[in-house]
Amino acid sequence: MQRTWAIIERELRRFRRSPVLILVSMIFPIVQLVVLGYAFGGNVKHLRVGVVDQDGSVPAVRLRELSGAVAANAETFEPVVYHDEGKALADLRDGKLNGVLTIPPEFSRWVYARESPHVALIEDNTDNFVAASLTNAFNGLAAAFNQSAPDSRRLAGELRLDVVEIYPYVPYIQYLLPGSIVMSIFMMVMIGGGIIFIDDKARGLHEGYLVTPITKFELIAGFNLSGAIKAVLAGGVLMTVGSVIAGVPDPFEPLRLLRLLLVIVLTAMALVSMMFLIMVRVSDPLLPRAVFGVLNTLLFFPSGAVYPQQAFPGWMRVIAEVDPFTYAVHAFKCLLLKNTGLSALAGDLAYLSIFTILAMTAATLLFKRTL
Amino acid sequence: MPAIEVQAITKRFGTFTAVDQISFAVEEGEIFALLGPNGAGKSTLIRMLTTLLPPTSGTARVGGCDIVQDPDGVRRSIGVIPQAMTSDLELSVAENLTVFAKLYGVPRERRRQLMRELLAAVELTQWADQPVKNLSGGMRRRVEIARGLMHEPRIFFLDEPTTGLDPVSRVAVWEMLQRIKAQRGLTVLLTTHYMDEADKLCDRVAIIDHGHLVALDSPLKLKASVPSQNLLEVGFAGAPPDWAERLRHLAAVESVTGEAPVFRIASADGAATTKALIEAAGAAHVTLESLAVQSTTLDDVFVHYTGRQLRDALQEPSWADRSGMVRRR
Repeated sequence: MQRTWAIIERELRRFRRSPVLILVSMIFPIVQLVVLGYAFGGNVKHLRVGVVDQDGSVPAVRLRELSGAVAANAETFEPVVYHDEGKALADLRDGKLNGVLTIPPEFSRWVYARESPHVALIEDNTDNFVAASLTNAFNGLAAAFNQSAPDSRRLAGELRLDVVEIYPYVPYIQYLLPGSIVMSIFMMVMIGGGIIFIDDKARGLHEGYLVTPITKFELIAGFNLSGAIKAVLAGGVLMTVGSVIAGVPDPFEPLRLLRLLLVIVLTAMALVSMMFLIMVRVSDPLLPRAVFGVLNTLLFFPSGAVYPQQAFPGWMRVIAEVDPFTYAVHAFKCLLLKNTGLSALAGDLAYLSIFTILAMTAATLLFKRTL
Repeated sequence: MPAIEVQAITKRFGTFTAVDQISFAVEEGEIFALLGPNGAGKSTLIRMLTTLLPPTSGTARVGGCDIVQDPDGVRRSIGVIPQAMTSDLELSVAENLTVFAKLYGVPRERRRQLMRELLAAVELTQWADQPVKNLSGGMRRRVEIARGLMHEPRIFFLDEPTTGLDPVSRVAVWEMLQRIKAQRGLTVLLTTHYMDEADKLCDRVAIIDHGHLVALDSPLKLKASVPSQNLLEVGFAGAPPDWAERLRHLAAVESVTGEAPVFRIASADGAATTKALIEAAGAAHVTLESLAVQSTTLDDVFVHYTGRQLRDALQEPSWADRSGMVRRR
């Protein structure tokens, strides 16, 4: 028993002298509880819906007013007025809108003639949660329209909602694929980059670099690029295998593969430079392992990889705004689920590039050329 | 111009002074040792000279370049073997050497030629394609020596190069260093806490203790500077009570310690004292049971200058241990 007690005592003494480990092991479950708790199941809000009113008469105005009321109260969606349906649909395909409500030119005539008036809701169905919320909101809106109409008792005069999905059905495994690719890149960045970097540092291997004439920038660039190459390989493998497993249509289209490669490279660069910025002054080998779990939760779930960001509370959206995962996941969703062009990803690519430059510059400035 | 010139260099960590106003010069082609126990300040000093740590005050020139004003100039002219084994275990011997040659921008052809020469010099040619993890400790140290020379430095720093090696490997490393130094006209500065290493390998030795330079000269001159040249350890049977007092009056005896039956006699002339005590024992009918004569070692020199044994000093915690820092080993 004494020998067993000796082992227990040793382990507990070591644990007590690792404050970082204690802190992270206490904080991590709390972070996970809060982030996961708010990441799933919230009401989807603030969806952007283009409204194209081709009629412009009183019933159409009433419908638009009701849309405004939903925006002001339930906040499920925010109407954006378009005059050109083609432009609205182009924005829908580029991910700038979640749906387009088209009020046809004959709408008021149908209402007054009681000839089954109907409007079209064209949805981006790559996110099933968003599409379902939007359909529910507009069904409610149609019911409100019918209720307020003086002759709503007559079925022929009731407003009907025609829902059009612009993409083929997207199963949840396809919806998860973009987040999984980003996660594989992140894991390689942490294991193949961060943990090896700190372990080498703790073993004194970096002294070997520091006594050579290498500059701080060359050293940071070397670490970043080597980490990024490993991460690109990991992301590339998951993208290829995952696309086949998830049944992404036409997964090996050359142009899309090239675009995907570009996103993988920029994502890898952004994540590896973020990791080096966090680790640049760290020397305790336990820290990257502990931080790994916290970062994983803090970056992955707010990114919209598993649930739409429109359902998140405000503080979580702030995290999502700065989280490079958000932009990477969005770009992969555009390419894998919608097969868009580069214009739809321009914002994501710009953010990932600027993030990389800023993080690398900061890491280079913080890097100590001496011990 | 000396290869290394150190002037009043000081390094403080908070209130602790690790290196205090040390000055010395190392001439070209010398093997120079910084000798002292753990925590004496040797590694801190070598880290300042290799630009790994900035000095708090004072200065040093290495290969003609100031360590603060022109650290890149210093880095180009030196090769460094840190205390920790810093080769990549997963890479092969040749790969380790290639990576470091590339860090210094050595052209491909020159790289190949140097690798052949250095692997032959450290007797690892047949191990070139083996991962370093498959090599013994002594062989790994030889890989590091070859690696540190891949850019043909003029000055070579080694921080405790044989710590942790078995006696045979240590001797092999010494011989290798002497051979390479002669072949390449290197200046070598090493730190050690092994007396025999400093004694047999080095042209000059600087004894460092508690951050101060307490003595500096060739091993021979350092040993000659200690008053007692020899130590005799003698065992007697049937020694009378005043025997220690009688021994004190023998030829060249400087002090007598210990109690019957074994006495330790410090002598300025070991041969004369030995002869005298054999005669004295015979005359007093005391039986001489054992006799060992030991020449002065650098350990005696260390005791002389610091007032304590090096082996005792080695047990003292270093500044790094005291401040809770993780030592890289």
